[in-house]
Amino acid sequence: MSDPKDFVAGIDSDQRHSPTRVVFVTRRTSAQVKVTSEDQVQTYPEVMFRAALAIELLAIALVLFSLFFNAPLEGIADPTHTPNPAKAPWYFLGLQELLHYFPPVVAGVLVPTLLIISLVIIPYFNVNIEANGLFLKDRTKRLRLFYLASLGMMIFLLVFHVYVAVPPTVLVALAMIVAANSTPDSPSRLCRYLARRPLAYWIMTWFLFELIVLTAVGTWFRGPGWSWVLPWRS
Amino acid sequence: MSGKTDQIVEQVRSSRVWRSVFRSGTGNSTLHRALAIQQNIFLHLFATKVRKRMVRFSATWYLGTLTFGTFLILVITGILLMLYYHPSVPQAYADMKDLQFVVSSGLFLRNLHRWSAQLMVFLVFAHMFKVFYRGAYRTPREFNWVIGIVLLIITLLLSYTGYLLPWDQLAYWAITVGSNLSSSVPLVGSKIHFLLLGGNQVNANALLRFYVLHCVILPLAAILFIAVHFWRIRKDGGLYVQQSEPKARAATESTLSAKEGQ
Repeated sequence: MSDPKDFVAGIDSDQRHSPTRVVFVTRRTSAQVKVTSEDQVQTYPEVMFRAALAIELLAIALVLFSLFFNAPLEGIADPTHTPNPAKAPWYFLGLQELLHYFPPVVAGVLVPTLLIISLVIIPYFNVNIEANGLFLKDRTKRLRLFYLASLGMMIFLLVFHVYVAVPPTVLVALAMIVAANSTPDSPSRLCRYLARRPLAYWIMTWFLFELIVLTAVGTWFRGPGWSWVLPWRS
Repeated sequence: MSGKTDQIVEQVRSSRVWRSVFRSGTGNSTLHRALAIQQNIFLHLFATKVRKRMVRFSATWYLGTLTFGTFLILVITGILLMLYYHPSVPQAYADMKDLQFVVSSGLFLRNLHRWSAQLMVFLVFAHMFKVFYRGAYRTPREFNWVIGIVLLIITLLLSYTGYLLPWDQLAYWAITVGSNLSSSVPLVGSKIHFLLLGGNQVNANALLRFYVLHCVILPLAAILFIAVHFWRIRKDGGLYVQQSEPKARAATESTLSAKEGQ
């Protein structure tokens, strides 16, 4: 903070409700607006109506879809006849794709456990309460750490031949490099946006990209023996 | 005509029986509308008022509401499907064929259940990412985020246990692939695998276990956590408002208070 005072002052006045109020916020604290009056709507009937409308539109869409597309049903279960490939439900195909590269204890136990733990601790881990951009403070140090981490991740992925996970990693890393070389008052809107993203944003975005790519590859691009196939050439 | 209908509705609403059921009484005042929420055991999970800008589609995309919508559809179609389903081998598969060819609208019922289930998994993920990118998981809403993660896991388990029930090749081998992973847990892997399936491989016991989990235990857990999830929205101060999001009206009154430093 470049402010030499050790407090900031604010004045708030509303003659209809209260006389002038002055607040002093001492150093190392931040002002937080606790009560802000703004337009509200009654839950009953307005919000209830909107929620009901949203659910009804959803139901109509699903009914129409179900009229035209049949749920898959194959032959009766036969333990003596293994289909090739045997695939898990689509939302687990990202994990099954990882199972192709890593031993089951890593892909099936360690990765899901770590994922759940990291999702749970997200809100408790939020030290960066003002959500400052990652590279706006300690730029050189953080940039060095970032290069180290991305290099380590790339080597890790290449050593285990997880080539499908490389493009999302590269994409996020490139976006982070753009962010590191932008300022919050850059002329480009995208640069301004990226410059202000905190670390949690980058990790979650990387997770989202990997989730989409691994699930898509597992669903459409894997054939017999988990070999690479093209879905439009079957 | 509508005047007469209104009159009848009004008469019913002010009758002794109606008033004994609905504690909030009749009337269209703001107070009565607030009481309609607050005095109802189910609706009191919600706040009586919601910030106007949070009702807009762009704020939340209604992803939470829509996820709950798929859950409702799944409960209704699921109960109807239970009327035609026996969790036994090989009758389970025969019931699928009956739904397809014998039961009126049976195929439609199964389609609706299946597609809603797929959509629910997708919507739960979408809801999670939307909440994250809005920053709505931050204090004081961190525990509601954790409950959301619990609901994500329950949703995946619900979908996964339901996957086995048709007892076709797709179901059998998907569950075999998934459940084999549980045996790779260090030390207790084979025990967990046995507990899950009621045997060393997917068989009639596994079908029964998955049926009980799918139709009783997991839905009850889901309902319980959904209730807490909704209630915590109100207790944590309503839906999270991003400061950058435009307000419906400039604030006229604000109370400032000092907050302990980070």
